[in-house]
Amino acid sequence: MELVVSLGIGIVAGSGVWLLLRPRTFQVIIGLSLLSYAVNLFIFSTGGLRSGAAAVLARDEAGTLAQYADPLPQALVLTAIVIGFATTALLLVVLLAARGLTGTDHVDGRERDQ
Amino acid sequence: MSDWTTHLLIAPVVVPMLAGAVMVLASDRWRWSPVPLGLASMLAQVVLAMLLLAAADQPAVRIYRLGNWPAEFGIVLALDRLSALMLALASVLGLAAFVFSLARWQRAGVHFHPLLQFQMLGLNGAFLTGDLFNLFVFFEVMLAASYGLALHGSGTARVRAGLHYIVVNLVASLLFLVGVSLVYGIAGTLNMADLAQRMRGIASEDRAVLEAGLAVLGIAFLVKAAMWPLGFWLTGTYSAASAPAAAILSLLSKVGIYAVLRLWLLLFGDDAGASVGFAGPWLVIGGLLTVAFGSIAVLASQNLSRMAGASVLVSSGTLLAAIGSGQVRVTGGALFYLASSVLAIGAFFLLIELVERGREVGADVLAVTREAFGTGEEEEDIDAPDEVGVAIPGTVAILGLSFMTCALLLAGLPPLSGFLAKFAILAPLFSAGAAVTPMSWALMAALILSGLATVIALVRSGIDVFWTTPHSAPPRVGLIEFAPIAMLLALCIALTAAAGPAMTYLDAAARSLHAPQDYVQGVMGVPDPEPRRAP
Repeated sequence: MELVVSLGIGIVAGSGVWLLLRPRTFQVIIGLSLLSYAVNLFIFSTGGLRSGAAAVLARDEAGTLAQYADPLPQALVLTAIVIGFATTALLLVVLLAARGLTGTDHVDGRERDQ
Repeated sequence: MSDWTTHLLIAPVVVPMLAGAVMVLASDRWRWSPVPLGLASMLAQVVLAMLLLAAADQPAVRIYRLGNWPAEFGIVLALDRLSALMLALASVLGLAAFVFSLARWQRAGVHFHPLLQFQMLGLNGAFLTGDLFNLFVFFEVMLAASYGLALHGSGTARVRAGLHYIVVNLVASLLFLVGVSLVYGIAGTLNMADLAQRMRGIASEDRAVLEAGLAVLGIAFLVKAAMWPLGFWLTGTYSAASAPAAAILSLLSKVGIYAVLRLWLLLFGDDAGASVGFAGPWLVIGGLLTVAFGSIAVLASQNLSRMAGASVLVSSGTLLAAIGSGQVRVTGGALFYLASSVLAIGAFFLLIELVERGREVGADVLAVTREAFGTGEEEEDIDAPDEVGVAIPGTVAILGLSFMTCALLLAGLPPLSGFLAKFAILAPLFSAGAAVTPMSWALMAALILSGLATVIALVRSGIDVFWTTPHSAPPRVGLIEFAPIAMLLALCIALTAAAGPAMTYLDAAARSLHAPQDYVQGVMGVPDPEPRRAP
């Protein structure tokens, strides 16, 4: 499971970085979204990967630490997702404004050959 | 500690949050309402910051436990001298930007005042929090508000620069998250004090991963502080932003410096086991390169607002290099430099707006080019006899004096606080008994040469603006616009006059940063010193 998750994070992050370095604003925002998915998965995986483990102790059960998923990365990832959503939406508005004002979707606001 | 003074600690976060929220709701029906609300909130923050500044002047750190959870489980706010200093600077600069915006800028777009309040909320929170993830949240609040402020007034230049600013900062936030999660994965805590306690006990095979995580975290802070290869976004964004927004944004780069100062000294101090002084040389080298780049940028700037942006770079670089040297008394000098440069750069950004108002459009863009190629100089003395005896108009004279004060402060020339700050950084490096290393010489060269570059650039543009270009009509400057500049410059002069007490305070701050046992014990100590009252 570790290998699949780490490969998945690596591929998503790599695609994100590649898209981020592209000159079109749409590619940049998709790249940022992919990167933030990769980061969210990464945060989630720092609590340790295990399946079928609950984050909250059940009643009348004296569990050990090995039995339970760490709830803190899950809380962190929720916060990160919400903040990521908000800032990406804000960036989208700025992208549209830049497209309207400069007449091009190049990240520098002008085409390279101009 | 009585009951209400305990809660003073969270007030700098709560006051702007409430004020901003009420403004958003009330401004639909009562369009005048943001102004009195904002004024009340800003004044309240200044008063709070002064109270906290006085309260922090003690060895023990003041703690506010949210929900009264012990620090291992809950989020704490911690106030020491450094936090109090940053709070005071933020509130003073916020008040200046607020008053300045009343004349013109508040009408240039919607929701300026709520954004300013949320900006203050993010800044104050980032300075107070004692928890890494909470620091991330306040960073995001601060950044989200700054995106709005940077774009305030709209226009092609702002949107184009704002786009780069937002993308760079979003990537930096992602790096922040990667760093935080690596730290949590290895150390199992996000509380800064708890992390400092656990640094020594980290297993040697895990130490490299933890250091990598902290380095990634450091990159995120250094992007904010605009260290050399990471800071190319800064000048464009700051020079495009409206004057009051730029004044506040200039403090944002100091938040990166604050985070580096706090975490680096806390985590890699003498108790860090095998990681003592981790990455210190990198801070010095990066800082020196930033100073070099900033000085060249100051000289090459074609207009005043880019010049101000470049002097933010110089000040960031100076601070990073001074902090990275890792000596207590140098850090004390760096804190004095921090206070002086924040006030001076804030005043400079506001002043530029007034100075440029009286000039024809595009004059400053051509100034350097004209000088270099010697064109446009010939036709100046045609009507010289008519101008004999024409005094400089009063407004221009006052603006010129303020400009000169800013130039003295930024360049670090005597007699003002900029000089004292540079002296306070350099004196411990070369005092008797100190081992003078090549690094000390490099730092001295950087400080003096960057001062020289700033003097050349500012004198050149000052002569061009105030002496050679005749003002067709003196710029119309309201008292309300000049008052905040005068306040910031007066504070710098007060800092010069009261340099002794200020240095005592800041040296104490530096000492407690370099010996963070009080901080760690204060945060990790037993909660609830008073008996818990029945609910």
